[in-house]
Amino acid sequence: MGFLKNFFGGSSSGSGQTAKNRLRIVLVHDRTDISPQLLEDLRQEMIGVLTKYMDIDTSKIELDLDRDEQAVAFVANVPVLRIKRGSGTWVEDD
Amino acid sequence: MGARVIVTTSGKGGVGKTTSTANIAAALAKFGKKVVAIDADIGLRNLDVVMGLENRVVFNFIDVIDGNCRLNQALVKDKRVPNLYLLPAAQTRTKDAVNPEQMVALCNQLKSDFDYILLDCPAGIEGGFKNAAAGADEALVVTTPEIPAVRDADRIIGMLESMGKSPIRLIINRLRPEMVQEGDMLAQDDILDVLSIPLIGIVPEDESVIKSANNGEPMTMSLNSPAAQAYLNIAERIMGNDVPLMDLNAYADHSFLRRIKKFFKRR
Repeated sequence: MGFLKNFFGGSSSGSGQTAKNRLRIVLVHDRTDISPQLLEDLRQEMIGVLTKYMDIDTSKIELDLDRDEQAVAFVANVPVLRIKRGSGTWVEDD
Repeated sequence: MGARVIVTTSGKGGVGKTTSTANIAAALAKFGKKVVAIDADIGLRNLDVVMGLENRVVFNFIDVIDGNCRLNQALVKDKRVPNLYLLPAAQTRTKDAVNPEQMVALCNQLKSDFDYILLDCPAGIEGGFKNAAAGADEALVVTTPEIPAVRDADRIIGMLESMGKSPIRLIINRLRPEMVQEGDMLAQDDILDVLSIPLIGIVPEDESVIKSANNGEPMTMSLNSPAAQAYLNIAERIMGNDVPLMDLNAYADHSFLRRIKKFFKRR
Protein backbone atom coordinates (compact mmCIF):
# COMPACT_ATOMS: atom_id res chain seq x y z
CA MET A 1 0.00 0.00 0.00
CA GLY A 2 2.82 2.33 0.94
CA PHE A 3 4.26 2.35 -2.52
CA LEU A 4 0.85 3.12 -4.07
CA LYS A 5 0.49 6.05 -1.72
CA ASN A 6 3.95 7.28 -2.69
CA PHE A 7 3.13 6.90 -6.32
CA PHE A 8 -0.07 8.90 -6.08
CA GLY A 9 1.57 11.78 -4.29
CA GLY A 10 1.10 11.00 -0.62
CA SER A 11 3.52 11.54 2.23
CA SER A 12 7.01 12.77 1.54
CA SER A 13 10.43 13.38 3.00
CA GLY A 14 9.44 16.95 3.99
CA SER A 15 12.68 18.77 3.35
CA GLY A 16 10.59 21.96 3.48
CA GLN A 17 10.21 21.53 7.25
CA THR A 18 13.96 21.04 7.61
CA ALA A 19 14.54 24.21 5.60
CA LYS A 20 12.08 26.11 7.81
CA ASN A 21 13.84 25.05 11.03
CA ARG A 22 17.31 25.77 9.67
CA LEU A 23 16.19 29.17 8.38
CA ARG A 24 14.83 30.16 11.80
CA ILE A 25 18.08 29.32 13.55
CA VAL A 26 20.21 31.07 10.95
CA LEU A 27 18.14 34.24 11.28
CA VAL A 28 18.20 34.22 15.09
CA HIS A 29 21.98 34.26 14.87
CA ASP A 30 22.22 36.77 12.00
CA ARG A 31 19.97 39.26 13.73
CA THR A 32 22.07 39.26 16.90
CA ASP A 33 25.37 39.97 15.24
CA ILE A 34 26.65 42.99 17.14
CA SER A 35 29.52 45.08 15.83
CA PRO A 36 32.49 45.65 18.20
CA GLN A 37 31.73 49.38 18.14
CA LEU A 38 28.14 48.82 19.24
CA LEU A 39 29.27 46.50 22.03
CA GLU A 40 31.80 49.11 23.22
CA ASP A 41 29.13 51.86 23.22
CA LEU A 42 26.84 49.58 25.20
CA ARG A 43 29.67 48.86 27.67
CA GLN A 44 30.38 52.54 28.25
CA GLU A 45 26.71 53.38 28.80
CA MET A 46 26.26 50.45 31.15
CA ILE A 47 29.27 51.56 33.19
CA GLY A 48 27.73 55.03 33.37
CA VAL A 49 24.45 53.70 34.75
CA LEU A 50 25.97 51.12 37.10
CA THR A 51 28.48 53.51 38.70
CA LYS A 52 25.59 55.71 39.81
CA TYR A 53 24.57 52.89 42.13
CA MET A 54 27.73 50.96 42.89
CA ASP A 55 31.50 50.90 42.60
CA ILE A 56 32.45 48.34 40.00
CA ASP A 57 35.70 46.96 38.69
CA THR A 58 35.50 48.28 35.12
CA SER A 59 38.58 46.35 34.03
CA LYS A 60 36.89 43.01 34.66
CA ILE A 61 33.53 43.49 32.96
CA GLU A 62 32.58 40.70 30.57
CA LEU A 63 29.85 41.18 28.01
CA ASP A 64 28.73 38.43 25.71
CA LEU A 65 25.91 37.07 23.65
CA ASP A 66 25.14 33.50 24.56
CA ARG A 67 23.64 31.54 21.71
CA ASP A 68 22.04 28.18 21.64
CA GLU A 69 19.87 26.60 18.99
CA GLN A 70 16.67 28.30 20.08
CA ALA A 71 17.49 31.65 21.62
CA VAL A 72 20.06 34.30 22.34
CA ALA A 73 20.85 35.79 25.76
CA PHE A 74 22.83 38.90 26.62
CA VAL A 75 25.12 38.05 29.52
CA ALA A 76 26.96 40.69 31.55
CA ASN A 77 29.39 39.79 34.30
CA VAL A 78 30.21 42.85 36.42
CA PRO A 79 32.38 42.53 39.58
CA VAL A 80 30.90 44.79 42.31
CA LEU A 81 33.34 46.40 44.76
CA ARG A 82 30.85 48.29 46.92
CA ILE A 83 27.19 49.30 46.79
CA LYS A 84 26.82 53.03 47.31
CA ARG A 85 25.11 54.07 50.55
CA GLY A 86 21.45 55.03 50.07
CA SER A 87 21.60 54.03 46.44
CA GLY A 88 17.90 53.27 46.47
CA THR A 89 17.03 56.97 46.49
CA TRP A 90 20.27 58.39 45.19
CA VAL A 91 19.73 61.24 42.73
CA GLU A 92 22.35 62.90 40.60
CA ASP A 93 22.48 66.52 41.73
CA ASP A 94 24.45 68.32 39.06
CA MET B 1 2.91 64.51 -11.32
CA GLY B 2 5.42 63.49 -8.65
CA ALA B 3 6.37 59.91 -9.32
CA ARG B 4 6.53 57.16 -6.71
CA VAL B 5 10.09 55.85 -6.64
CA ILE B 6 10.36 52.11 -5.94
CA VAL B 7 13.56 50.08 -5.68
CA THR B 8 13.58 46.34 -6.51
CA THR B 9 16.17 44.58 -4.43
CA SER B 10 17.06 41.19 -2.91
CA GLY B 11 20.57 40.97 -1.52
CA LYS B 12 21.21 37.64 -3.20
CA GLY B 13 21.79 37.56 -6.94
CA GLY B 14 19.79 35.54 -9.42
CA VAL B 15 16.45 35.57 -7.64
CA GLY B 16 14.64 37.66 -10.26
CA LYS B 17 15.15 41.37 -9.53
CA THR B 18 15.61 42.33 -13.17
CA THR B 19 12.79 40.10 -14.41
CA SER B 20 10.51 41.57 -11.75
CA THR B 21 11.46 45.16 -12.57
CA ALA B 22 10.92 44.66 -16.31
CA ASN B 23 7.57 42.93 -15.92
CA ILE B 24 6.17 45.26 -13.30
CA ALA B 25 7.29 48.29 -15.33
CA ALA B 26 5.62 46.93 -18.47
CA ALA B 27 2.48 46.04 -16.52
CA LEU B 28 2.18 49.50 -14.96
CA ALA B 29 2.60 51.04 -18.43
CA LYS B 30 -0.05 48.70 -19.78
CA PHE B 31 -2.40 49.96 -17.07
CA GLY B 32 -1.87 53.47 -18.45
CA LYS B 33 0.81 54.76 -16.09
CA LYS B 34 3.89 56.60 -17.26
CA VAL B 35 6.85 54.54 -16.14
CA VAL B 36 10.63 54.71 -16.27
CA ALA B 37 12.74 51.70 -15.31
CA ILE B 38 16.27 52.63 -14.25
CA ASP B 39 19.00 50.01 -14.40
CA ALA B 40 21.11 50.83 -11.35
CA ASP B 41 23.41 47.85 -11.87
CA ILE B 42 26.38 49.78 -13.24
CA GLY B 43 28.95 47.56 -14.93
CA LEU B 44 26.62 44.54 -15.11
CA ARG B 45 23.64 45.93 -16.93
CA ASN B 46 20.91 43.55 -17.96
CA LEU B 47 17.59 45.32 -17.75
CA ASP B 48 18.03 46.50 -21.35
CA VAL B 49 18.22 42.91 -22.67
CA VAL B 50 15.39 41.61 -20.52
CA MET B 51 13.22 44.46 -21.81
CA GLY B 52 14.48 43.88 -25.37
CA LEU B 53 15.78 47.43 -25.77
CA GLU B 54 19.53 46.73 -25.94
CA ASN B 55 19.87 47.81 -29.57
CA ARG B 56 18.41 51.22 -28.89
CA VAL B 57 20.69 52.24 -26.03
CA VAL B 58 22.82 55.25 -26.94
CA PHE B 59 23.54 57.05 -23.68
CA ASN B 60 23.24 55.88 -20.08
CA PHE B 61 22.51 57.57 -16.79
CA ILE B 62 26.20 58.04 -15.96
CA ASP B 63 26.40 60.14 -19.15
CA VAL B 64 23.55 62.23 -17.75
CA ILE B 65 25.28 62.62 -14.37
CA ASP B 66 28.61 63.46 -16.03
CA GLY B 67 26.88 66.00 -18.28
CA ASN B 68 27.68 64.18 -21.54
CA CYS B 69 24.06 64.29 -22.63
CA ARG B 70 20.66 65.58 -21.58
CA LEU B 71 18.35 63.35 -19.55
CA ASN B 72 15.81 62.87 -22.34
CA GLN B 73 18.57 61.81 -24.74
CA ALA B 74 19.43 58.90 -22.46
CA LEU B 75 15.83 57.72 -22.02
CA VAL B 76 14.96 54.81 -24.33
CA LYS B 77 11.29 54.79 -25.25
CA ASP B 78 9.65 51.39 -25.58
CA LYS B 79 7.67 51.37 -28.83
CA ARG B 80 5.47 48.41 -27.91
CA VAL B 81 3.71 50.01 -24.95
CA PRO B 82 2.96 53.70 -24.63
CA ASN B 83 4.59 55.52 -21.72
CA LEU B 84 7.30 52.97 -20.92
CA TYR B 85 10.91 54.15 -20.78
CA LEU B 86 14.28 52.65 -19.85
CA LEU B 87 17.20 54.57 -18.40
CA PRO B 88 20.16 52.23 -18.97
CA ALA B 89 23.20 51.68 -16.79
CA ALA B 90 26.76 52.21 -18.01
CA GLN B 91 28.35 48.89 -18.93
CA THR B 92 31.99 50.00 -18.89
CA ARG B 93 31.98 51.84 -15.57
CA THR B 94 31.96 50.71 -11.95
CA LYS B 95 29.63 51.30 -9.04
CA ASP B 96 31.72 54.25 -7.79
CA ALA B 97 30.88 56.25 -10.93
CA VAL B 98 27.87 57.54 -8.99
CA ASN B 99 27.10 58.49 -5.39
CA PRO B 100 23.81 58.41 -3.46
CA GLU B 101 23.31 62.20 -3.72
CA GLN B 102 23.56 62.02 -7.50
CA MET B 103 20.99 59.20 -7.60
CA VAL B 104 18.60 61.23 -5.49
CA ALA B 105 19.08 64.25 -7.77
CA LEU B 106 18.49 62.10 -10.87
CA CYS B 107 15.25 60.67 -9.44
CA ASN B 108 14.08 64.13 -8.44
CA GLN B 109 14.70 65.32 -11.98
CA LEU B 110 12.52 62.50 -13.34
CA LYS B 111 9.77 62.72 -10.75
CA SER B 112 7.78 65.49 -12.37
CA ASP B 113 7.48 63.63 -15.69
CA PHE B 114 6.47 60.16 -14.52
CA ASP B 115 3.97 58.25 -12.37
CA TYR B 116 6.41 55.50 -11.39
CA ILE B 117 10.20 55.26 -11.27
CA LEU B 118 11.40 51.68 -10.79
CA LEU B 119 15.03 51.16 -9.79
CA ASP B 120 16.60 47.80 -10.58
CA CYS B 121 19.17 47.35 -7.83
CA PRO B 122 22.38 45.31 -8.11
CA ALA B 123 22.89 42.27 -5.87
CA GLY B 124 24.88 42.77 -2.68
CA ILE B 125 24.77 45.22 0.20
CA GLU B 126 27.59 47.53 -0.84
CA GLY B 127 27.79 50.81 -2.74
CA GLY B 128 25.61 49.74 -5.66
CA PHE B 129 22.74 48.83 -3.36
CA LYS B 130 23.12 52.00 -1.33
CA ASN B 131 23.12 54.17 -4.46
CA ALA B 132 20.02 52.53 -5.87
CA ALA B 133 18.16 52.55 -2.57
CA ALA B 134 19.05 56.18 -1.84
CA GLY B 135 16.79 57.49 -4.58
CA ALA B 136 13.78 55.36 -3.60
CA ASP B 137 10.89 55.95 -1.21
CA GLU B 138 9.50 52.42 -1.32
CA ALA B 139 11.01 48.97 -1.81
CA LEU B 140 10.11 45.61 -3.29
CA VAL B 141 12.21 42.78 -1.88
CA VAL B 142 12.44 39.72 -4.13
CA THR B 143 13.19 36.31 -2.65
CA THR B 144 12.90 32.68 -3.67
CA PRO B 145 11.75 29.87 -1.32
CA GLU B 146 15.31 28.90 -0.38
CA ILE B 147 17.33 29.51 2.77
CA PRO B 148 20.15 31.61 1.20
CA ALA B 149 17.70 33.93 -0.58
CA VAL B 150 15.48 34.43 2.46
CA ARG B 151 18.47 35.01 4.70
CA ASP B 152 19.85 37.70 2.39
CA ALA B 153 16.38 39.24 2.08
CA ASP B 154 16.32 39.53 5.88
CA ARG B 155 19.61 41.46 5.81
CA ILE B 156 18.38 43.78 3.08
CA ILE B 157 15.07 44.41 4.86
CA GLY B 158 16.97 45.49 7.97
CA MET B 159 19.02 47.93 5.91
CA LEU B 160 15.99 49.29 4.04
CA GLU B 161 14.17 49.82 7.35
CA SER B 162 17.09 51.73 8.81
CA MET B 163 17.11 53.88 5.67
CA GLY B 164 13.46 54.71 6.32
CA LYS B 165 11.96 53.12 3.19
CA SER B 166 8.23 52.51 3.44
CA PRO B 167 6.39 50.41 2.50
CA ILE B 168 8.81 47.49 2.08
CA ARG B 169 6.92 44.65 0.44
CA LEU B 170 7.86 41.09 -0.48
CA ILE B 171 7.73 39.22 -3.79
CA ILE B 172 8.16 35.46 -3.46
CA ASN B 173 9.49 34.33 -6.82
CA ARG B 174 9.83 30.90 -8.46
CA LEU B 175 7.53 29.11 -6.06
CA ARG B 176 6.68 25.56 -7.10
CA PRO B 177 3.22 24.80 -5.70
CA GLU B 178 3.54 21.04 -6.18
CA MET B 179 6.73 20.99 -4.10
CA VAL B 180 5.07 23.06 -1.36
CA GLN B 181 2.14 20.62 -1.34
CA GLU B 182 4.55 17.72 -1.03
CA GLY B 183 6.30 19.44 1.88
CA ASP B 184 9.56 19.86 -0.01
CA MET B 185 9.66 23.64 -0.31
CA LEU B 186 9.38 26.57 2.09
CA ALA B 187 5.74 27.71 2.00
CA GLN B 188 4.64 31.34 1.78
CA ASP B 189 3.71 31.44 5.50
CA ASP B 190 7.11 30.06 6.53
CA ILE B 191 8.78 32.94 4.69
CA LEU B 192 6.36 35.63 5.86
CA ASP B 193 6.68 34.43 9.47
CA VAL B 194 10.41 35.06 9.57
CA LEU B 195 10.63 38.17 7.38
CA SER B 196 7.50 39.84 8.79
CA ILE B 197 6.91 42.32 5.98
CA PRO B 198 3.73 42.48 3.88
CA LEU B 199 3.49 40.24 0.82
CA ILE B 200 2.75 41.92 -2.51
CA GLY B 201 2.70 38.79 -4.67
CA ILE B 202 3.84 35.26 -5.36
CA VAL B 203 5.22 34.38 -8.78
CA PRO B 204 5.09 30.68 -9.63
CA GLU B 205 7.98 28.97 -11.41
CA ASP B 206 7.15 29.33 -15.09
CA GLU B 207 9.04 28.49 -18.29
CA SER B 208 7.61 31.54 -19.96
CA VAL B 209 9.99 33.69 -17.84
CA ILE B 210 12.95 32.24 -19.72
CA LYS B 211 11.18 32.37 -23.07
CA SER B 212 10.21 36.01 -22.64
CA ALA B 213 13.77 36.92 -21.64
CA ASN B 214 15.02 35.04 -24.72
CA ASN B 215 12.69 37.09 -26.88
CA GLY B 216 13.31 40.35 -25.06
CA GLU B 217 9.65 40.96 -24.42
CA PRO B 218 8.36 41.30 -20.86
CA MET B 219 5.63 38.70 -20.26
CA THR B 220 3.19 41.28 -18.99
CA MET B 221 3.11 42.94 -22.42
CA SER B 222 1.36 40.09 -24.18
CA LEU B 223 1.75 36.65 -22.68
CA ASN B 224 -0.97 34.82 -20.90
CA SER B 225 0.98 32.72 -18.44
CA PRO B 226 0.89 32.14 -14.66
CA ALA B 227 3.96 34.33 -14.04
CA ALA B 228 2.63 37.09 -16.33
CA GLN B 229 -0.64 37.09 -14.39
CA ALA B 230 1.24 37.22 -11.09
CA TYR B 231 3.19 40.29 -12.23
CA LEU B 232 0.05 42.02 -13.55
CA ASN B 233 -1.51 41.45 -10.11
CA ILE B 234 1.56 42.87 -8.37
CA ALA B 235 1.38 45.97 -10.57
CA GLU B 236 -2.29 46.41 -9.63
CA ARG B 237 -1.47 46.09 -5.93
CA ILE B 238 1.27 48.71 -6.33
CA MET B 239 -1.40 51.00 -7.82
CA GLY B 240 -3.48 50.36 -4.70
CA ASN B 241 -6.05 47.98 -6.16
CA ASP B 242 -7.23 45.12 -4.01
CA VAL B 243 -6.51 41.99 -6.05
CA PRO B 244 -6.82 38.58 -4.37
CA LEU B 245 -3.81 36.23 -4.46
CA MET B 246 -3.88 33.71 -7.31
CA ASP B 247 -4.73 30.13 -6.50
CA LEU B 248 -1.29 28.72 -7.18
CA ASN B 249 -2.42 25.18 -6.52
CA ALA B 250 -4.18 25.35 -9.86
CA TYR B 251 -0.72 25.55 -11.45
CA ALA B 252 0.81 22.67 -9.52
CA ASP B 253 2.47 20.15 -11.72
CA HIS B 254 0.89 16.81 -10.84
CA SER B 255 1.48 15.29 -14.22
CA PHE B 256 1.74 11.55 -14.51
CA LEU B 257 5.29 11.93 -15.77
CA ARG B 258 6.37 13.92 -12.71
CA ARG B 259 4.90 11.28 -10.41
CA ILE B 260 6.70 8.51 -12.22
CA LYS B 261 9.99 10.43 -11.97
CA LYS B 262 9.48 11.14 -8.29
CA PHE B 263 8.57 7.54 -7.62
CA PHE B 264 11.76 6.23 -9.16
CA LYS B 265 13.97 8.84 -7.51
CA ARG B 266 12.79 7.60 -4.14
CA ARG B 267 13.92 4.05 -4.72
